[in-house]
Amino acid sequence: MNNHVWRPLNVALCIIALILIVRVVAVPRDFGIHDRGYMYGWYRLGNEKEWKNIRVKYKTNEYCKECHREKYTELLSSPHGRIMCEDCHGPALGHPEDPPTLTINRERKLCLRCHSRLPYKSSIRGNIRGIDPDTHNPGAECVLCHYPHNPLKEAQHDHAAKVL
Amino acid sequence: MITRRRFCKNALLVAGGIAMPLAALEWFDPKRLHAERKDAAPVRWGFLVDTYKCVGCGMCVKACKIENETPYDADVSRTWVERYIVTKDGRTHIDSPKAARDGFIDKRVDLGEGRMETIRDEDIEKAFFVPKLCNQCDNPPCVQVCPVGATYQAADGVVLVDRSWCIGCGYCIMGCPYGVRFFHPVYHVAEKCNFCYHRISKGMKTACVDACPFGARLVGNLRNPDDPVTKVIMSERVAVLKEEYGTKPQVFYRGLSREVR
Repeated sequence: MNNHVWRPLNVALCIIALILIVRVVAVPRDFGIHDRGYMYGWYRLGNEKEWKNIRVKYKTNEYCKECHREKYTELLSSPHGRIMCEDCHGPALGHPEDPPTLTINRERKLCLRCHSRLPYKSSIRGNIRGIDPDTHNPGAECVLCHYPHNPLKEAQHDHAAKVL
Repeated sequence: MITRRRFCKNALLVAGGIAMPLAALEWFDPKRLHAERKDAAPVRWGFLVDTYKCVGCGMCVKACKIENETPYDADVSRTWVERYIVTKDGRTHIDSPKAARDGFIDKRVDLGEGRMETIRDEDIEKAFFVPKLCNQCDNPPCVQVCPVGATYQAADGVVLVDRSWCIGCGYCIMGCPYGVRFFHPVYHVAEKCNFCYHRISKGMKTACVDACPFGARLVGNLRNPDDPVTKVIMSERVAVLKEEYGTKPQVFYRGLSREVR
């Protein structure tokens, strides 16, 4: 065949070879078809591990109970027993090393998430004892009168004094 | 001496016998068939949302955003809670301000752009809350449309996104019929709920399940018949979202209403 046919063909072959070499280098070894087949399981296997290695921030009550057993039992036996400590105090992360203290959230807004009265009969929200935030002591922190770890008790006065 | 009648009868009997597969004579046990599915993965994560129990406190959204490092003040979230208020005139009002990160403390419906609509208590026919999250579909359309293989389904059914491989084209965000995917403002890749993969793979529950004080959210292994989630799905009336799309969602809802989209 003539030279003018071979020359562009060689260029094309070189480009294909280059692409294949780049592909071998750039595509990770564990990239391929896995359990769910080509349509859903075509991926880099190492990524699963990367997701599993993400740091756990919310440690749950089982973690808090290690040191704060009295608070844990007090909460557990109260009508607020199903609320996780970290819902109000923020994620434990590496507490007590990092951070050494967790937040004590005394905002009205926190309590109002459940206790702002909404008249919805078809949801249990309608059954929760609630208040109208505009008329029920507006501006005051709920913990001045109510004790969050056991709402059946009145606010502990030393606690209230500390807040003030 | 064989007669024509006998010959025809026997020939039909033999032909019929050959045509009948052996499997037709087998006595099937549906439970065993269910267990012997082709993909014999020991775990298939599923989720159960009980909309009767949800009160719209939004603790799940807050916990999810912190646990999964979704920018807290950005208008994106892996999970959210919708409020449905159906009034007596037949209208449905739906809102989810800030994905319900701070719960629902206002009676007024958030119409967006700072506009609020007041609904009188006596006009309410029914009102309820519906938490939403990724359905981890068995036929995930978001995975099919990915041109680079950056989003995929792991053997346990969870759909994940490879952040280092995603090119941010957004096909999957458009392809999801449930709108659960969004563009991550920090990593500039597609982002979605992955059932807190780092938690469930350690034997923990997802952050939203732990944060929910009412038990409205549950995560479990659908391959384990003794799992509380599996038991409810098998024995109670549950529904999935947008079944007509054929995506086979694995998030099941108790108490779903026709207004829920």
